[in-house]
Amino acid sequence: MSDIEQLEKTASQVRRDIIRMVHAVQSGHPGGSLGCTDLFTALFFEVMDIHPVPFNMDGIGEDVLIVSNGHISPAYYSVMARRGYFPVSELSTFRRLHSRLQGHPATIEKLPGVRVATGSLGQGLSVATGIALSKKMNHDPHTVFCLMGDGELGEGQVWEAALYGGAHQINNLVGIIDYNGKQIDGPTDKVLPLGDLRAKFEAFGWKVTEMNGNKMDEVVSTLKAVKSTTGSGKPNLILMHTEMGMGVDFMMGTHKWHGTAPNDQQKELALSQLKETLGDY
Amino acid sequence: MHTYKVIDYRDTRSGFGDGLKELGHSNPAVVALVADLTGSLKMEAFAAEFPERFYQMGISEANMMGVAAGLATGGFIPYTGTFANFSTGRVYDQIRQSIAYSGKNVKICASHAGVTLGEDGATHQILEDIGLMKMLPGITVINPCDYNQTKMATIAIADYQGPVYLRFGRPKVANFIPSDSEFIIGKGILMTEGTDVTIVATGHLVWKALEAADELHLQGIKAEVINIHTIKPLDTELLLKSIRKTGCVVTAEEHQRNGGLGDSVAQLLSLEYPAPMEYVAVNDQFGQSGTPEELMQVYGLDTEHVVLAAKKVLLRK
Repeated sequence: MSDIEQLEKTASQVRRDIIRMVHAVQSGHPGGSLGCTDLFTALFFEVMDIHPVPFNMDGIGEDVLIVSNGHISPAYYSVMARRGYFPVSELSTFRRLHSRLQGHPATIEKLPGVRVATGSLGQGLSVATGIALSKKMNHDPHTVFCLMGDGELGEGQVWEAALYGGAHQINNLVGIIDYNGKQIDGPTDKVLPLGDLRAKFEAFGWKVTEMNGNKMDEVVSTLKAVKSTTGSGKPNLILMHTEMGMGVDFMMGTHKWHGTAPNDQQKELALSQLKETLGDY
Repeated sequence: MHTYKVIDYRDTRSGFGDGLKELGHSNPAVVALVADLTGSLKMEAFAAEFPERFYQMGISEANMMGVAAGLATGGFIPYTGTFANFSTGRVYDQIRQSIAYSGKNVKICASHAGVTLGEDGATHQILEDIGLMKMLPGITVINPCDYNQTKMATIAIADYQGPVYLRFGRPKVANFIPSDSEFIIGKGILMTEGTDVTIVATGHLVWKALEAADELHLQGIKAEVINIHTIKPLDTELLLKSIRKTGCVVTAEEHQRNGGLGDSVAQLLSLEYPAPMEYVAVNDQFGQSGTPEELMQVYGLDTEHVVLAAKKVLLRK
């Protein structure tokens, strides 16, 4: 089995985890989670140089990911658990009382892997910038990634960070936009059109790369190529084209599964489309 | 009569700037960020001596708070500098999520607090910042009274692990805390002893409270003055000991009644030892343009108003 096939196998299990987690508590955000599953899998299992155990908050000597669009926590939690940050069985506590797996990622319960609370949108790129600056001061050559939603770009703070990153050439920072064109109220083109994102980020001084975020070989090769430029030139921005709900046919092509949980029947239908590859939690 | 002597007249923001410069030498983990107000925050010396640890963020306070959270994640001790208004209300959710809830070791350093900012007027004169910050779980709130205490506080918070809101001001005011005195976060200072009324003051009002205590003394009233530099966590032990003795209290601060030191003291009294209390604070109003002295008088924050409040509360005993 090739590395890519192995990653695809892992991604299938992550997608099953997402459906089962969200179904179990009848809340959470399956759409964006499914769309970003291939990215998370590629980052944690192939691209990022990380040391899950013991977890070090400062991230010195390893790559760091900040998930600014914290609502897609099911995918984030599943991949971290599968990668060994915490027991896979803990996924069953998602969104339940006293769980370390809060609805949106948090540090207060000390869940290994999470370095800052996110969910209130627009803040992650700034935090990632600060971590990138600390890496420069520490002469740590590793990369800081920051995943954001496309709807999140409505937040002004993202553009403050984009201006700063371009002006100061924060070139150990990689911003990734989950460019699925959908947000809670509908298509981004109707809610608040984003315009030409490539031109906008390029005007802010970023090097823009586009990729299909649901094609594992393309995700891996693009991330590796972008990461290899860490420390030189401009900060990187990846426009990651994804399909919200990817992998579950009735959740694709609509914004309706952004923040809706499947019922029992829908869960079974979804799971029938996703192969159990690593064992359900 | 109190025994404090005016050493000189200096702005508290200079205490911050000088403390930060000292930290630059003594603590290599300390870094500083500013949102286009380096001169106003007196951060020039740190910027000049430690350029590799100084970040000019531009007029982007939200980004500054997030970047500070990231630097703290990476193991540094970031000090952010801008006006109190832009340090709190403008970036409340950034502080709430990325700093307070995330438990980041960020020192939010806020100058030009209150009406003594003066001529710029109400847009810049925040009187709600203490309330905003103290409501956030896990944040320590400190409002020192003069140059020396601000410098001591600036240095002390570097050794304290956790988010801190440090509030100071613009005008030159009496500098009277001896530079060799002790500064302990969360421990109030008994400035002068008395038996008739407790005056609990913070920030610029501490000196006014001492002046008021002298005036009251001339009128035969023995006031006990407590300097509360740390509003959260509040030194409840010191306050209760004093109020149990005097039986009444005046709180004095350059802030709204709502949410300020006075409300913290009122909460303590209602839970532990109900006693008459009067506020010296701004009462649900915005400020306006004027000189600092004019504004302190107009908004009832001067020595005379502390005296009046003390005499009023004595009648309620």
